[in-house]
Amino acid sequence: MSESDFKPKVVAFLCNWCSYTASDLAGTARIKYSPHARIIRVMCSGRVDPTFVLKAFAMGADGVLVAGCHPGDCHYIEQNYKTMRRHEMLRYFVERMGIEPDRLRLVWASAAEGQYLAESIDSFVADIQRLGPLNWSANWEENGQRAEALEAIVHEHEEAMEVAP
Amino acid sequence: MSDESLRIGVYVCHCGSNIASVVDVEALAKFAEGLPGVALSRHYKYMCSDPGQELVKRDIREFNLNRIVVAACSPNLHEATFRRAAEDAGLNRFLVQMANIREQVSWVTEDREEALRKAKAHLAAAIRRVAQHESLQRQFVRIQPRAMVVGGGIAGIEAALTLADAGRQVILVEREPSIGGHMAMFDKTFPTLDCAACILTPKMTAVKLHPNIQLLTYSTVESVEGSVGNYRVKVRRKPRYIDENMCVGCMLCIDGCVFTKAKFPNRFDQGLGMRKPVWVPFPQAVPPIPVVDPEVCLQITRGKCKQGCVEACGERNAFRFDQKETIEEYEVGAIIVATGFKTFDPSVIPYYGYGKYPNVYTSLEVERLLNAGGPTGGKLVLRDGSTPKRVGIIHCVGSRDANYHAYCSRVCCMYSLKLAHLVREKTGAEVYSCYIDIRTPGKGFEEFYNRVQNEGVRFVRGKVADIMPASANGNGQGENTSNALTMKVDDTLLGTIRKIDVDMVILAVALEPQADANDVRRAFGISCSSEGFFLEKHPKLAPVNTASDGVFLAGACQGAKDIPDTVAQAGAAAAKALALIDAGQIELEPNTAWIDEKMCSGCKTCIGLCPYKAISRDEERKIAVIDPALCKGCGTCVAACPSGAAKQHLFSDEQVHEELEGLMSYA
Repeated sequence: MSESDFKPKVVAFLCNWCSYTASDLAGTARIKYSPHARIIRVMCSGRVDPTFVLKAFAMGADGVLVAGCHPGDCHYIEQNYKTMRRHEMLRYFVERMGIEPDRLRLVWASAAEGQYLAESIDSFVADIQRLGPLNWSANWEENGQRAEALEAIVHEHEEAMEVAP
Repeated sequence: MSDESLRIGVYVCHCGSNIASVVDVEALAKFAEGLPGVALSRHYKYMCSDPGQELVKRDIREFNLNRIVVAACSPNLHEATFRRAAEDAGLNRFLVQMANIREQVSWVTEDREEALRKAKAHLAAAIRRVAQHESLQRQFVRIQPRAMVVGGGIAGIEAALTLADAGRQVILVEREPSIGGHMAMFDKTFPTLDCAACILTPKMTAVKLHPNIQLLTYSTVESVEGSVGNYRVKVRRKPRYIDENMCVGCMLCIDGCVFTKAKFPNRFDQGLGMRKPVWVPFPQAVPPIPVVDPEVCLQITRGKCKQGCVEACGERNAFRFDQKETIEEYEVGAIIVATGFKTFDPSVIPYYGYGKYPNVYTSLEVERLLNAGGPTGGKLVLRDGSTPKRVGIIHCVGSRDANYHAYCSRVCCMYSLKLAHLVREKTGAEVYSCYIDIRTPGKGFEEFYNRVQNEGVRFVRGKVADIMPASANGNGQGENTSNALTMKVDDTLLGTIRKIDVDMVILAVALEPQADANDVRRAFGISCSSEGFFLEKHPKLAPVNTASDGVFLAGACQGAKDIPDTVAQAGAAAAKALALIDAGQIELEPNTAWIDEKMCSGCKTCIGLCPYKAISRDEERKIAVIDPALCKGCGTCVAACPSGAAKQHLFSDEQVHEELEGLMSYA
């Protein structure tokens, strides 16, 4: 299967105020972009629970895009900074779980950037096409490795995971 | 809710041909019929029309529907419409979900097959999601019946007067010592040539005298907190060093100042006129109260001065050299942002020679020279005091130029025509107007253009490529005085390069966003369009609203526009603000977060994540508590809660998970 024949499944979480409005603007301006990205609206990129991302991968998504307002422009003051931190954590986590971290992307798009959002979706879909389908289970030789990887993560972060008093 | 008791009604909208021409709506509706919980599925030409809404209402009653999914446009457009329709038919308004198959499918997808696939995925996701929706109570809070207007140009003045005349309290904030803005700088206004002061100063005085307007000049907005209906705005009030309540506006202090000569550039006169350390921007300033410039006043810089000003003030005793900056807080229900524009600085275009040749002026500088209250008393003179005999006007300086601003500034053609008329009227000089296109689309504009043509102004169609001293050019046509400049212009009608000698060049500079537009934008939580002007919520449906509810736009801060358009827009913004604050109460966002007390371990993870301080810890019960009036509904705490105790109305984990499952099942 060539890159262009592969129709990847991409889930895009867009925040209501900037990036979802940008996608509306892309529509109003009739800007064409890849149909392979399926969109879910959240109020803020900060609402994107790590479980949403992992569930998307578990259900067969080949890539997950999260888009929020530009740093400093968050409708909820500063919540996209929390998204930024969570994104780094998630990239680290999925890599150890056998998923290429480049299957996860964070994009900032203001309400005026319909064109930019469309281009970002296109370039992400193209990158996922280059990566090919996510064949998660094939990344593990045997099931035991997955448990080992999980344990290693817990071990590395023992301190951070301690619940605050 | 179990599948058996679910009765979902699905409605696929054609939106005329907007959706139907790309997405096979019939196939989409048929597809939905087979999905779990769907009781009926229809497609209709215009779901948002009255008959479309009636269809939903009738079905809810007739077929006992308990969930509604509408596959149509963006929820930002019509979610409210269908929520209301559901409510009218007795269904809780939050049991409705939209699938965006117009903005996100039909308008952005070329391949019909792919469009149908994507539409199916979005529709299936909405159907799975709505099954998890719950009835919610609508919550309301009281609205502060006051408004704030930020910016005291013609836009802010008009908006403030409209609100005040309607009997509402208005706080008008202006950063300069006087209101009036750019309009106060102009001599005449196009196309009627009424004198700007004659139509503006009565409005300025009306602001000052209006019992419902509190005028805060020489003040800036420091911060904005709260939300629609209940904004708390901190205003920084710069010290005037003069007590506004004691000063009667006699201006004797300016005469009394120990500086006998005005020697500091007056920015209101674009630096062409001079002022003293104690000054007013222009004679008709409102309020008519001088300010002391702390950077040059001897009493303030050195602590020692004969204080001629204080002596002149006498028993009115208005001077306060110990005045300090203060921060005042105001609670308002609505805010109108009318912070205006600035003019483009042409010195960044080297070939126009602005800043290099003294007789190259910006249009705003010439406005001040022509103004009877300006630095020359209304006489149009060159830097050496002589009257120009030949004047060149260059259009589109900084506008319609990919290197600076791609947009058309909309007013430059008309103000250039006005300046051409005034220059001819006052000096009889020959005027050469170099344009790319003349754009005169307003009421009475084309007629004005014809009039100016008939007055003998010479129009040259072409861009000016260079401005140089006339002596550098042997083929000059005009008198070779030491001041003379040559404009090199590619005359596209004659098809030749022309060299035109002039004494004065006027650059019709672009209008651009204020230098601090980005800070202002952030303070009010609004967006900018790509050129930096403030972004309206929708160009046609909500042209004066912004992404922040309760914050409205008026005037050139939203985009370059002339005075008639600005006044009309200011009236619209005032009406919108009035409609909001007169409603008395406002509905809170329904998507607030809440804590499932049984699941909360009291770990405090959520508390530090909330920028609104909406979450606190009940120390007795050792659990987190969310104040719904403070929660804005971002859901960040919900995503971070390690035990799943923090939940969000309308965006619960279950709802998003179901949406994801629907999306992936048909992706």
